[in-house]
Amino acid sequence: MAANNQPLIEVRNLKEYFPVLVGMFRTKPLKAVDGVSFSIQKGETLGLVGESGCGKTTVGRTLLHLYKPTGGEILYNGKPVQSKADIMEFRKKATMVFQDPYSSLNPRMTVSDIIGEPLDIHKMYGSPDERREKILELMRRVGLNSEHAARYAHEFSGGQRQRIGIARALALNPDFIVCDEPVSALDVSIQAQVINMFDELQEQMGLTYLFIAHDILVVRHISDRIAVMYLGRMVELADAAEIYERPLHPYTKSLMSAVPQPDPKTARANKRIVLTGDIPSPLNAPSGCPFRTRCAHATEACSAEMPEFKEVSPGHFAACHRVGEVN
Amino acid sequence: MSTLLEVRDLHTSFFTPAGEVKAVNGVSFNLDRRKVLGIVGESGSGKSVTAYSIMQILERTGKIVSGSIKFDGQELVDAGEKVLKTIRGNRISIIFQDPMTSLNPTYTIGHQLMEAILLHTNRNREQAKARAVEMLRLVNINEPEKRIKQYPFEFSGGMRQRIMIAMALACEPDILIADEPTTALDVTIQAQILELMKSLQEELGMAIIMITHDLGVVAQLCDEVIVMYAGSICEQGTADEIFYNPRHEYTKGLLRSIPTAGSAGTRLQPISGTPIDLLNMPKGCPFAPRCDNAMKICLSQRCERAQINADHQAACWMNVKAEMEAAKGGAS
Repeated sequence: MAANNQPLIEVRNLKEYFPVLVGMFRTKPLKAVDGVSFSIQKGETLGLVGESGCGKTTVGRTLLHLYKPTGGEILYNGKPVQSKADIMEFRKKATMVFQDPYSSLNPRMTVSDIIGEPLDIHKMYGSPDERREKILELMRRVGLNSEHAARYAHEFSGGQRQRIGIARALALNPDFIVCDEPVSALDVSIQAQVINMFDELQEQMGLTYLFIAHDILVVRHISDRIAVMYLGRMVELADAAEIYERPLHPYTKSLMSAVPQPDPKTARANKRIVLTGDIPSPLNAPSGCPFRTRCAHATEACSAEMPEFKEVSPGHFAACHRVGEVN
Repeated sequence: MSTLLEVRDLHTSFFTPAGEVKAVNGVSFNLDRRKVLGIVGESGSGKSVTAYSIMQILERTGKIVSGSIKFDGQELVDAGEKVLKTIRGNRISIIFQDPMTSLNPTYTIGHQLMEAILLHTNRNREQAKARAVEMLRLVNINEPEKRIKQYPFEFSGGMRQRIMIAMALACEPDILIADEPTTALDVTIQAQILELMKSLQEELGMAIIMITHDLGVVAQLCDEVIVMYAGSICEQGTADEIFYNPRHEYTKGLLRSIPTAGSAGTRLQPISGTPIDLLNMPKGCPFAPRCDNAMKICLSQRCERAQINADHQAACWMNVKAEMEAAKGGAS
């Protein structure tokens, strides 16, 4: 990467701890995100995968300051986002699409009010006519019938509701959108429509995405690079094709091999690496490497020391002590 | 005879204030012993209602309107509760999608596992407990003697689903119905559960009806596949036939629209339109309004299911058209 190639979003050592009550008065920090760093270039899609509880949603939310970060830095166009004014400005340029199209839209608001709300908050129009025009344009853009502007969310199907959510995210003409599991609640036939729309909008508007999902085939389809998280930490980050075909970290390997391939012949031939056990609780994370309790290659060194997240080959990062040996 | 379950022209409707919702609209299929049958479809396609109809655990507004369900030669539709109670949980078991809510939080795992065993077999409490421990061991729960005294909240999602499987298999059923058993789980846990189901199926020799929307899960596990849309079966065949030789426009569309390892950088080919409104069903083929190749006849008349080859049936006018064209070509 050239030095003048300024990333649009840069995250340095991001931490998000939630206090959890243990016993009567004592709290213990739940390290939902524990030192995550990455950057996203303009126009790029970074996929973020991992299992439930790994902290991927928290990364997305903390990134937009929906949660106050416990530590670390977020840079937008090279400038840190810190003060209240910074955050307000940043939120005009960075928006979010939520997972559940049923609960993320207020049932008491009409579609036009839902899409218009960000415009109202940031006072992005001069006259009521301009506001209306903007809303109708956004609805057309996401393939909604603009005659339906006065309807309520419950009158729409899941796919259409997700389109409303996307129109709302586009209202401020952002550079960057955090997409938190935007297609996982949709039926397969509708999912493809929405994925294509994300692709098209990116081309038309030069958008940058952080695409959070647990469906690896979807992430593989849409992303330029993919990051894998486990227990609040990033374990691997590489180009999408590279990480899918040549994963380095044992966790990524098992994750990729567990993907149910929609093809009976591949499925029969596929040697799956089935992990034993479950993800440990982030309240009682294992010492050293967080994955060692489920890893087939773990040694004593793995329990003694946290592996460093380092560049193994150009652009391919992994956090594993035995990265060279077990391949 | 190896046919274990025979469903003929099943119609199940829900009677709602807005009108009759025909959730299952003329479904017929056979399930042989030791086979894994996948039922795929989107939400509202009637796949779960088909399963609930077999078990007769429909909600109060739902009713089997007509049709026949024969299990091991016995008719179930008008069998009555008394007979059904000897079959449900004993010879046909079901596991549900959500392992978080299908266990009772106020009883121990052991209590819930033993309940079915005590009800359906003539084991005493001691033996039932031993059986419960054995079942937990079978589904790879560590220290089952200790775990049996614990409550559902002390288990993770994947473990709870394994307990559900243990419970369903405790009476060695002939058929296990799995309603989206891995949808709520993570991929690595999903892989564990699917491997477990496969090995238990081979070991215990039961038949499985796997209900899912995930074509990946179907490809992993199923011998036979039924594709449902709007309450009807559009296509049925062996897994290889369905995946490599789809003969219904909906199945083709479904297979084209899923992202695969090779689809990166290209546009997916979605099925256009929105899912069907079951209250306003079209007269012809239910998929016609979303079908790119719909012809005049598709809009006015339903296509009957026809045999494509020995392992494959489909209900699509495109096949009829192709056949007619082939016949014409052959004659001239």
